[in-house]
Amino acid sequence: MANQTYDAIVVGSGISGGWAAKELTEKGLKVLLLERGQNVEHIKDYKTATLAPWEIPHRGRRTVEMIENHPNLKRDYVLNELNLNWWAHEKENPYVENKPFTWFRGYQVGGRSLLWGRQSYRLADIDFEANLKEGIAVDWPIRYKDLAPWYSYVERFAGISGSKENIPHLPDGEFQKPMDMNCVEKDVAARIKKHYGGDRHMIIGRVANITEPLQNRVNCQYRNKCWLGCPFGGYFSTQSSTLPAAMATGNLTLRPFSIVSRLIYDKDTKKATGVEVIDAETNEVLTYNAKIIFLCASTFNSTAILMRSATDIWPEGLGSSSGELGHNVMDHHFRLGASGQVEGYDDKYYYGRRPNGIYIPRFRNLNGEKRDYLRGFGYQGGASRSGWSRNVAELAYGEDLKEALSEPGPWSMGITAFGEILPDHDNTIKLSKTVTDKWGLAALEMNAEIKQNEINMRKDMMNDAAEMLEAAGLKNVNTYDSGYTFGQGIHEMGTARMGRDPKTSVLNGNNQVWDAKNVFVTDGACMTSSAAQNPSLTYMALTARAASFAVEELKKGNL
Amino acid sequence: MEINRREALKSFLLIMGGTMVGAQAILTGCSPKEQIADLTFSPETISLLDELGEAIIPTTSTPGAKAAGIGEFMRMMVTDTYEKENQEVFIKGIQRLQEQFQSEHSKAITAAETKEITAFLNAQRSSAEGDDARIFGMLKDLTVLGYFTSEVGATQQLRYVEVPGKYDGCLDYKKGDRVFAI
Repeated sequence: MANQTYDAIVVGSGISGGWAAKELTEKGLKVLLLERGQNVEHIKDYKTATLAPWEIPHRGRRTVEMIENHPNLKRDYVLNELNLNWWAHEKENPYVENKPFTWFRGYQVGGRSLLWGRQSYRLADIDFEANLKEGIAVDWPIRYKDLAPWYSYVERFAGISGSKENIPHLPDGEFQKPMDMNCVEKDVAARIKKHYGGDRHMIIGRVANITEPLQNRVNCQYRNKCWLGCPFGGYFSTQSSTLPAAMATGNLTLRPFSIVSRLIYDKDTKKATGVEVIDAETNEVLTYNAKIIFLCASTFNSTAILMRSATDIWPEGLGSSSGELGHNVMDHHFRLGASGQVEGYDDKYYYGRRPNGIYIPRFRNLNGEKRDYLRGFGYQGGASRSGWSRNVAELAYGEDLKEALSEPGPWSMGITAFGEILPDHDNTIKLSKTVTDKWGLAALEMNAEIKQNEINMRKDMMNDAAEMLEAAGLKNVNTYDSGYTFGQGIHEMGTARMGRDPKTSVLNGNNQVWDAKNVFVTDGACMTSSAAQNPSLTYMALTARAASFAVEELKKGNL
Repeated sequence: MEINRREALKSFLLIMGGTMVGAQAILTGCSPKEQIADLTFSPETISLLDELGEAIIPTTSTPGAKAAGIGEFMRMMVTDTYEKENQEVFIKGIQRLQEQFQSEHSKAITAAETKEITAFLNAQRSSAEGDDARIFGMLKDLTVLGYFTSEVGATQQLRYVEVPGKYDGCLDYKKGDRVFAI
């Protein structure tokens, strides 16, 4: 029989879980890393990563069968014939949309670290202080200075490329050399800076693709196939970065196909003693014990595990004494912006497929400005020349068409806004009483929607995009709004928030569950507000910080 | 509007793991519908599609669409990615083209010169209306996609670099330089 007792158990092997496993094993703890899905081995299991275009059967298009089998994935660009098995099986893992909700889940070793967009930005004090200043939800129990050294720590190890810009509300980090903007982007950036007197910035994306070798990883080769797994280890994933480090300690046991049904809670010691696991292949129920437990199962699944735990004491689950477990669902609302044509630059092109774009950090509601909404938004986008897929309806079939499409077309540029969503008590997830998954566990019911603050913000998100592109000299600038349903940002946050008071928060300032101090939640569930920046880097920093704290407490005998 | 949305979406997808060919699909209906259950293409139909594709992207100093196996590619795409309604439009459309060509030229498309077929398609395309016009968009879309992502199209007609190794954002360009393949 396998060892049943460890120093620590980490639930989930994505961005947060990988970091927890690395930090805890490197500090000498014997760690069991549980992953609900299949194993994915670095390089060996990136089976489609090096296919040439002509080896991809439908060349990126979606088949009718794919659409039928993926009613959730089909809603956005993520549905891709080359990595279908890296997304959760939708029929085996149902969820209920009491309100429209899109939930893209990665159930395998590495989780969504294999699939993520890799944009990596620090939060700033305007983000940590906003709830308190505006009387929204509850105050974050930490400030930027608490997290800054941990941002530096994780950036150095994960490898984030980017430029130092001295923007107060988008703090600089420990960057590898930045990727380049192309000619058009450079000029647009300069024009925006000039037009707005330095108040608006357009910078190269800060991205978890390395531009210099790091550990055993080769720098990004500009293939732009990150979502298939990178055989060079060019981007940060559990597989390329944290898992090898954890494995190297000799202290890690990785167990795929392990669905955690609940934590086992001891009401006398007020601690969890371990976890109950369902083997996803055999349905066998197993128990593992540990001194500390890190829940990094992805935002909603970490919360669902809490909801299923200690229900004999709290019917709504561990952490529900706050009245906030499952509440304050957040994401980033987006899918709107503007694009336009760029005249000239016919003698310029670019080489390489850059897996990154430009970033325009938040500029609204700063320095005393007061819009008819709180908080702000940023933009991601880029400039490019069109290729053979452009529409040339006027050209006759034959040689002319062939030759015309073989040359790059005109330049264009587009930017898409990503906006902050306020934490709202009424945006919730809860366990279904009627729908269960393949293993008999209650499915989640989603009840979240954007409210007036976000609706007001969306007007600026769209109009400011057009205004900036026009200011930068683009022609035929048009706005677009493709509509947003909650979850589409794939930045689920909240539902087990950090706070200063156990009566209004699930976790304290060290990510400990108030009602079970040896249980830590360090993924997106812990977020007290969403900011407008892509959140994964913050999960990394919070996880490393909490792991350090947990080991110190363990040594002191406090856990 | 649709074009601009596409352009904006493209900029976003460039950095988010999508491709433009995928993006087009996002923007054309998402709800699965029925497909023709027993759709088959005879070898003669594949040959016909080869000739139609070759007429849209012909052999020049480099191979054309036929060398890229465009007939077989179209068969697969129509079978796997088209819904029933579009499958019917496609089947009827190529049938109509065949009959039209036969009556105008007193021979089959598969027995004609590529130049003749190209001229025929261009003439037909400018006069076709309604559902009859849709076959031209389908043939061109599938030919362009299939050809420029094929090995001959990507490596002989375009510049294909499997592992670029670096990014140069300000590469000098002169008229005639080929586009980089995906």
